Amino acid sequence: MVKHLRKIIQIAWGVLTNIHIRGFFQGKIYTGPLKRFCVPGMNCYSCPGAIGACPIGALSSALTARSRKFPFYILGFLITVGVLVGRFICGWLCVFGLLEELLYKIPTPKLHIPEKVDKPLRYLKYLVFAVLVIGLPLFYRDDYGSGLPFFCEFLCPVGTLEGGVPLVLLNDVLRPALGWLFRWKFLILILCVLSSVFIYRPFCKYLCPLGAFYALFQRVSVVKLKVDTSACVSCGACGKACGMNVDPHKTPNSTECIRCGECTKVCPKGALSFTAAGRELSPRKRKEPVSHEKETD
Amino acid sequence: MKQKKGSGAVTWILLFLAIGMLVYGAAAGQAEAVFTKAVKICMECIGLG
Repeated sequence: MVKHLRKIIQIAWGVLTNIHIRGFFQGKIYTGPLKRFCVPGMNCYSCPGAIGACPIGALSSALTARSRKFPFYILGFLITVGVLVGRFICGWLCVFGLLEELLYKIPTPKLHIPEKVDKPLRYLKYLVFAVLVIGLPLFYRDDYGSGLPFFCEFLCPVGTLEGGVPLVLLNDVLRPALGWLFRWKFLILILCVLSSVFIYRPFCKYLCPLGAFYALFQRVSVVKLKVDTSACVSCGACGKACGMNVDPHKTPNSTECIRCGECTKVCPKGALSFTAAGRELSPRKRKEPVSHEKETD
Repeated sequence: MKQKKGSGAVTWILLFLAIGMLVYGAAAGQAEAVFTKAVKICMECIGLG
């Protein structure tokens, strides 16, 4: 296996989905045909480099529309991705997740969040999805009958980082529009960036609505993490390596697992592997034949 | 290799439904609606309200 394969793929995907370099020089966004397709990870479509649409932004936008049609296209896309790979997208194809991981590499003391705080806080992202992405955009209407993309407008740090900051820097025309909202969102971005230095992927753990949505399909997805129970000696190495605080040998398809594969690398017995529809994606070397394998948790 | 039959069926049913939704939505013009929104700067998204 290529060393740092995941990092290479994350960076390559980030570059590929934001390859409209001209936008960064002109202060304009891409308006080509690829914008009718959603990228599977968080990637603001107001980023000057973005060539695809953000699925959360597209979903919120569909729900705020006056016509209010059921968003078959966007939900169909999201469910397809979720059912195929679950939160694999978070681990391999999300630009903001990559940023958080790179920030975590900065050598500082790391913060351990106590389980009694960490566990309930993990449910916050589901609330963000239900209320800010779905509920409020669907039901709130202003005097003109228009809705608001609450998550995008009031919380999403990705839009501020990828869209707000570069566009404001590149466009004199936009600067007079800076107000309390930009300051609020910039504050959220700074908090996400700073906390990522001390906590592994805090946005993914506690706030990301897209991760929350994909998590719903973890246990039924085509791609899964499998534990070979006959090989596993419960040494705990996988749990120690997991930045998302999952115990893979106990709950291999936890809703918190981003399927980064770090646990599969550290397992001394080769007991962990990814499968797709029951078939191993990267066959493990076994010393003796195995008759029993646990696939689901 | 053991696999729960129920969960396997759920996976494929969900996948079939999801792809159906995606295709139906695209045919109904919803991809164009995504395009129309995505090619304009989202002032809310970038914090300009």
